[in-house]
Amino acid sequence: MEKRKITLVDTTLRDGSHAVKHSFTAEQATAIAGGLDRCGVSMIELSHGDGLGGSSYTYGFSKVDEFDLLRAAAAEIRQAKLTVLLLPGIGTIEDLKRACECGARAVRVATHVTEADVSAQHIAAARDMGMMAVGFLMMAHMATPEVIAGEAAKMESYGANYINLADSAGYLLPQDVRARIEAVRAAVKIPVGFHAHNNLGLAMANSLAAVEAGADYVDGTLRGLGAGAGNTQMEVLAGVLGRDGYDTGADFYSLMDLAEKVVEPLMKRPQVIDNGSMMLGYAGVYSSFLLHVYDAAEKHGLEPRDILVELGRRKMVGGQEDMILDVAYQLKTKG
Amino acid sequence: MFLVPFFQKVVVNLSKIKVAVIGPGNIGSDLMYKIFRSPYLEMGLMAGIQESEGIRRAKSHGVDTSVEGVKAVAARKDIKIAFDATSAAAHLKFNGPALREAGIVAVDLTPAALGPYCVPSVNLDRLQNETNINMVTCGGQATIPIVHAIERVAGAAYAEIVACISSRSAGPGTRANMDEFTETTSMALEAVGGADKGKAIIVLNPAEPPLMMTNTVIVRVKDPAVGIGAITASIEEIAAELKAYVPGYRLRVPPTMDGDRVTTIVQVEGQGDFLPAYSGNLDIINAAAVAAAEKIAQRMLEKGGGA
Repeated sequence: MEKRKITLVDTTLRDGSHAVKHSFTAEQATAIAGGLDRCGVSMIELSHGDGLGGSSYTYGFSKVDEFDLLRAAAAEIRQAKLTVLLLPGIGTIEDLKRACECGARAVRVATHVTEADVSAQHIAAARDMGMMAVGFLMMAHMATPEVIAGEAAKMESYGANYINLADSAGYLLPQDVRARIEAVRAAVKIPVGFHAHNNLGLAMANSLAAVEAGADYVDGTLRGLGAGAGNTQMEVLAGVLGRDGYDTGADFYSLMDLAEKVVEPLMKRPQVIDNGSMMLGYAGVYSSFLLHVYDAAEKHGLEPRDILVELGRRKMVGGQEDMILDVAYQLKTKG
Repeated sequence: MFLVPFFQKVVVNLSKIKVAVIGPGNIGSDLMYKIFRSPYLEMGLMAGIQESEGIRRAKSHGVDTSVEGVKAVAARKDIKIAFDATSAAAHLKFNGPALREAGIVAVDLTPAALGPYCVPSVNLDRLQNETNINMVTCGGQATIPIVHAIERVAGAAYAEIVACISSRSAGPGTRANMDEFTETTSMALEAVGGADKGKAIIVLNPAEPPLMMTNTVIVRVKDPAVGIGAITASIEEIAAELKAYVPGYRLRVPPTMDGDRVTTIVQVEGQGDFLPAYSGNLDIINAAAVAAAEKIAQRMLEKGGGA
């Protein structure tokens, strides 16, 4: 019997950018992208953690311009699709054109899970440039499967090649993931993918649940390097999917070696579920807020948990890192 | 459900300038209510391109309406100023050129930017003879005055703003043109705010009940030795000027300084003219547009023009 094919999407150089405070160098991009390409990973995502144009006070300035990193990675890639993330409202079509000139061949256009219509222009522009376009719905825990299905259908109508659901807060339980993937699959003709965060220790279980529910694309990062408690650990994912009888086209041993020799030495902190990460998952807060919350908590003498819970209560969405200061100020003055 | 301001029917002021609104959507309808309140402007025509709720609403208030778009505006010799609340593409292709041809001053609320950017508290005095002014974006109206206030005392090497608006107050025009928002606002942070480099970010938040519009402004100053005291005084001064035409404007997090970085967060609560108070984004751009038009109308009246 032919094995079912699953496409691995590595986002070490994008989601992992949060975990290293956007400090990737051209050498690191070359080593990681080149290594992933040789391991047989099909899509390699690279950009500022908050997508193209994310370099800022609010999200953290990139140490090295993301277009330089893209050029460095593109020079090493033979078979994989170099991919970028773009959040309309942060990145623009001009940024996408530049990324395309630097060698990007796919873009994941990310919107909050209920705001798919802001992606129409960017998805259409990507297709016009001959790029693969992915409709990427963030914070998938904040809407019902029915609502998500409707938003996914909009992205399909704009020309998306597949729909990716992101559990950006690492909040979902496996049955929630299954329900969402199934609902989207029933609503669109294009494939579906999934992006997990490990804030409640469920990244691998949720990724498997997504695959079992019919997801054909799965995200991961080497050593799990990513925002909050990180993402599904790519090398483990390749091993698990291989043992479960799926064809990922990726080499388990080579991924393992790449993670150990290249990614592990550059990590700034162990990718574990610390208390803050746990609270992200528990309170439903966008994972990349974590390190900014730690900074604000230290500066204002507050408990990180209190800031995170308030951010969750206010239903802040991806990109609202600026509201961490607001919450810290309000907590302190009410103090 | 929307009450007619009582003075609309009572005040018959001959020294008012007749204006038209093109685009009877949310922005256009809110503009209409603000114009009803104006001592200098009189609502002469609401123009759309098809029968719509907005057209019917204007009619119900006794306003002349047309579904012939800018053509109907250009044909009305008594109209001196027109607000364009359509889209950038429509302003560039049709409305802007047609208004120019007809000699009608255009107050452009789209991001088309045919004419110079106008942020009333910063540069209105320099723009009173222009025939087409552009109102930047809602986020620009809320943040550029702050950047300017910082720049005039301490210089601004870089200005970054994050505008958060509630999903409910982001109409289809905004949604289909996110890049226009970020690009136009960034350019105006430089051209009007005075920053060497500007960067704008917009986030839509669907939370219920809807959040008030909030804007974070972060500026890298050139001369941090000026100190937070002088910077705060300058910001408070301009915030007070803004409050004169946007009563719901307030500093939510007062300015703080960290090295050469000055951060402040402003909130804009709408006046609830047509849309609910959380739509501070619509309120501030419309209030700015009306304030600009009033200044232009005053000049026209002084020159002996008018209706």
